[in-house]
Amino acid sequence: MGKTLAEKILGERSGKDVCAGDIVVVDVDVAMVQDGTGPLAVQQLQKMDMEKAANPDKTIFFIDHAAPSPRKELSNAHKMLRDFAKKTGVKLSEVGDGVCHQILVESYVNPGDVVIGADSHTCTSGALGAFATGMGSTDVAIGIASGKTWFKVPETFKIIVNGKFPKGVCSKDLILHIIGLIGADGATYKALEFAGSTIRHMSMSERFVLSNMAVEAGAKVGLIEPDEVTKTYLEERGRGNKFVEIKADNDAVYERVIEIDVSMLEPTISFPHTVDNTRPISEVDEIKVDQVFIGTCTNGRIEDLRIAAQILKGKKRHPDTRLLVCPASREVYLKAMDEGLLNIFIEAGAAIMNPGCGACVGVHHGILGDGEVCLATQNRNFKGRMGNTEGFIYLSSPATAAASTIEGRITDPRKYI
Amino acid sequence: MIYQGKVHKYGRDIDTDVIIPARYLNTSDPKELGKHALEGLDTEFINKVSPGDMLVAEENFGCGSSREHAPIAIKAAGITCVIAKSFARIFYRNSINMGLPILECPEAVDGIKFGDKVEVDTNKGVIMNLTTGDIFKATPFPDFIQEIMKKDGLINYLKDKLGSGGS
Repeated sequence: MGKTLAEKILGERSGKDVCAGDIVVVDVDVAMVQDGTGPLAVQQLQKMDMEKAANPDKTIFFIDHAAPSPRKELSNAHKMLRDFAKKTGVKLSEVGDGVCHQILVESYVNPGDVVIGADSHTCTSGALGAFATGMGSTDVAIGIASGKTWFKVPETFKIIVNGKFPKGVCSKDLILHIIGLIGADGATYKALEFAGSTIRHMSMSERFVLSNMAVEAGAKVGLIEPDEVTKTYLEERGRGNKFVEIKADNDAVYERVIEIDVSMLEPTISFPHTVDNTRPISEVDEIKVDQVFIGTCTNGRIEDLRIAAQILKGKKRHPDTRLLVCPASREVYLKAMDEGLLNIFIEAGAAIMNPGCGACVGVHHGILGDGEVCLATQNRNFKGRMGNTEGFIYLSSPATAAASTIEGRITDPRKYI
Repeated sequence: MIYQGKVHKYGRDIDTDVIIPARYLNTSDPKELGKHALEGLDTEFINKVSPGDMLVAEENFGCGSSREHAPIAIKAAGITCVIAKSFARIFYRNSINMGLPILECPEAVDGIKFGDKVEVDTNKGVIMNLTTGDIFKATPFPDFIQEIMKKDGLINYLKDKLGSGGS
């Protein structure tokens, strides 16, 4: 019987022939925590008298969720992570380096890896063909110390995407459309496997958007077969020798197959307060926007900033709408500076934030006021997500976010492209 | 293990941001986290809940972030057990690791109302609505999860195992 991508990777890493439903113990290639979940992981290791990492070079402690720290309690949490890193030799990603998931794909993850992270969007790395998934602090702590973890091999939904994106429509619109289609719990416990000609033509940046949001449909992982695009991405970062081909078998068994043609897809918006509450832009009435936020592990990459800058070039933000721009990593920040994109944003009236999670998690920058509306390029719009349960978060692509900044209301980006 | 308590009932997609908002993640002290349990959903919850009470909810309970603070907060607020139609996967595994019993049972959710008194036997997977007399069957915990619950979480379970020379 043929194998899915999830079965292939977990089979390879456990040294066994595995099928969906099997419980396997696997070697962990990359493990991470961030400043929200890391202190708890450290405490658990201390309780067990196991302050060590099996693989310190591939264990990373990220300070990105509240960086720089807005409060002394969080500063002390950061200190705890720095002390642990010094003591054990694990890698530390400092304030300003960027969002964990972006740095993982830029510098650490390779096809075929097993990646565990104490952050739900760890699934981002699935776009490189790695079995990457979010777990709690305790599970990750034990994975860090022992170098191993256990998984139930998931069943897979295959999502076959064909067609050419219309102008102004991109992978963010596609994944919002998919989540609207299958629901916020439609793929709980499952692996998603994205395939089809549209995926093959996507850049890595666009693919990361799909894998990043797999968890918003409840999925454990969002996988894409590594190909030439993956290989080039790795080569550009000095890891070309880490490329391996992993393909799902033609006769692999899928629990569900969903086929999507993107040629008629519209820019898509998620309405408050769930990600699956989606509407095509043609069905969106006048919605005034107080804050636009462009950034995050979903859409804070250089390609995202380029399209936003293309729309905002020579334009100004609407007087009632503020704009926050947050590059996902130091690499993205430097490129955006070199390409003059930051000038365009600043001249349009933006506040540029340091690389990190920015306004998405609601602990420091960009907290909403009561009744305020934010249009954000992030992955989650739960009540209270941006620090205030009285705020309203809509999700969109960077193009829609940029166009909406100009008009001060949720705006179809196609007339600006 | 057998638990008895009064039920607090909520809807679907109860996410970890409302269970424990990110601004409280500067501590992992259960007592502190417990004070803010479900604050983003129901600011009165913490005043209504008594030790031993249970949570009952519709589909996809615990969706969203991987924060383990969510089951810690619920447990520290005095909740002994969560019954839902389904759970998000990270929350499910975190709850077991934290020693918070959770059971999937759609029929029980439909058959239990806010304020009902309920008895849960996690080893047998039996849920009894003491108010109405209805009995529901969920999948019981396998032996190793029963052991983790008995030890109040994965860390104590492993400590015992490693301490006694087990693997």
